[in-house]
Amino acid sequence: MKRFRIGNRWLYIPLIALAGFYLIPMYVMLVTGFKSFAEIDLTKMWNLPKGIAFDNYIEAFKQLSPYLKNSFLMVIPATLISSMLGSINGFVLAKWKFRGSDIIFPFILFGMFIPYQSIIIPLVQFMRAIGLTGLIGLAVAHIIYGIPITTLTFRNYYASLPQELLEAGKIDGATMLGIYRHILLPISIPSFVVVLIWQFTSAWNDFLFAVILTGNREWPVTVALNNMAGSQIISWNLQMAGSFLAALPTLLVYIFLGRYFLRGLLAGSLKG
Amino acid sequence: MLKNRERYLSFILVSPSILAVIIFIYGFIAWSLRVSFSKWKGLIADYSWVGLKNYLELFSDPRFHVDIRNTLIFTGVFVVGSIILGFIMAVILDQNLKGENFFRSLFLFPMAISYIVTGVVWRWLMNPATGDRLSGFNLLFKTFHLDFLVNDWHTTPTWGIAAIALAAIWQMSGYTMAIYLAGLRSVPHELREAAQMDGANQIQIYRHVIMPLLTPITLSALIILGHTSLKVFDLIIAIAGKQLPLDVPAIYMWQTTFDGLFYGRGAAIGILLLISVAVLIIPYIRYILRTDIES
Repeated sequence: MKRFRIGNRWLYIPLIALAGFYLIPMYVMLVTGFKSFAEIDLTKMWNLPKGIAFDNYIEAFKQLSPYLKNSFLMVIPATLISSMLGSINGFVLAKWKFRGSDIIFPFILFGMFIPYQSIIIPLVQFMRAIGLTGLIGLAVAHIIYGIPITTLTFRNYYASLPQELLEAGKIDGATMLGIYRHILLPISIPSFVVVLIWQFTSAWNDFLFAVILTGNREWPVTVALNNMAGSQIISWNLQMAGSFLAALPTLLVYIFLGRYFLRGLLAGSLKG
Repeated sequence: MLKNRERYLSFILVSPSILAVIIFIYGFIAWSLRVSFSKWKGLIADYSWVGLKNYLELFSDPRFHVDIRNTLIFTGVFVVGSIILGFIMAVILDQNLKGENFFRSLFLFPMAISYIVTGVVWRWLMNPATGDRLSGFNLLFKTFHLDFLVNDWHTTPTWGIAAIALAAIWQMSGYTMAIYLAGLRSVPHELREAAQMDGANQIQIYRHVIMPLLTPITLSALIILGHTSLKVFDLIIAIAGKQLPLDVPAIYMWQTTFDGLFYGRGAAIGILLLISVAVLIIPYIRYILRTDIES
């Protein structure tokens, strides 16, 4: 199919300029990371490294590794459980409605947008009262506040499937759970990928919940990195290398599964 | 027809989630509201009723006025910047250029990164040091003889918050690009052809045919980005820490509650944020659900 063109190859000029703008922070992070300690000088931050050294990455990793581990420990269960819940909720709200389910849905949806400042005081009080603090408490918070977005994504997907798919199962005598497990679950893999990526990224990148619900041994990497940056003793080159390490897991997910990331973004991922 | 037993089962399946949403969202909002009407200040909870006192104090608090001004500047720069940049990128990428996928991925990747990472890196890019200590963007400007662009970034009085919005644009403009691009791709080809037959040039086609069709997307972007800017917190903390000139409601809430133990006031700020988000989001949810039913 022929498309209309404004001015063909001249368009690469703004395009490449824009690409430069998006790559600048990446460039600084990477270049600084590969410099040796001897080369570190803020006024030469744009210069390419003289050779390849790993001083900064090694040192930053030494400082951040316990917190990277915390992030993984918290993010993996949070991602899996909230995706499972979202899938079940989405199934019921799209295909197996009960009285009032259409009224409930917008109320769940609203939860996606609330500023967490409006629930954070009760959250801290409540979690302390029931003894759910630290990484487990943080994972629970991500699971619960993830329910709206995961439910929305799965509900939209299941709603797009024809009702006949379920009817066939019913005729064969399958129960509701049987239909979910044997008919819907196997074809939900793409939606699971979308939701898993989304939840992984938002739980990994979260700062607000982490900083109030965890103490210094349990900090995930975002909190540790922010403290590293706020410290007067830790130099900027380590902060750059540390930033790269903290960004790496979600960047890798994005590089390999970017298609799904985009789909999640467009599907319902209207969250900021 | 669903059998009654299975109807119960479907309700039982979703009830843990519904219960969690009722407690952790609506219950907690009600609880915050109650705290906002109390004089709780200190380590021990004190729910003595003070009515609207916390809200009234905020409205006459100079710090809260700074917060409102900063939020307005941030929202303006961030929303307008992201929409214009996102639209331009989408139009360019819509021309079927070679390498489209590569550029699209490149413009979107900052969304995968945490605001804390963005903030830490931009903090050094926007280093306001002068003279021999010149670095970051300022050094780059100087090297390319663009000295007039050298500035104090987030340390500029009053407008410093706009520099933070630049980092936010870097992070979020890919989102507007993506939704505009999806919108452009859904414009029927015949429509463009028909306009071209009528003698419209490319700019006229965009101006009179395509842009009006994209109005719902612009509205969504305004609402989504607008409500994001009301919540801005991590990015400012990572770039500048808690500095009064760059204060916003989310930071004030944080400081007064967890550093100052003034829970009553903190809760009031939280509730005010919630109300301003709700004003934007509730009509939006109604709109989404309506179009959802129609389609």
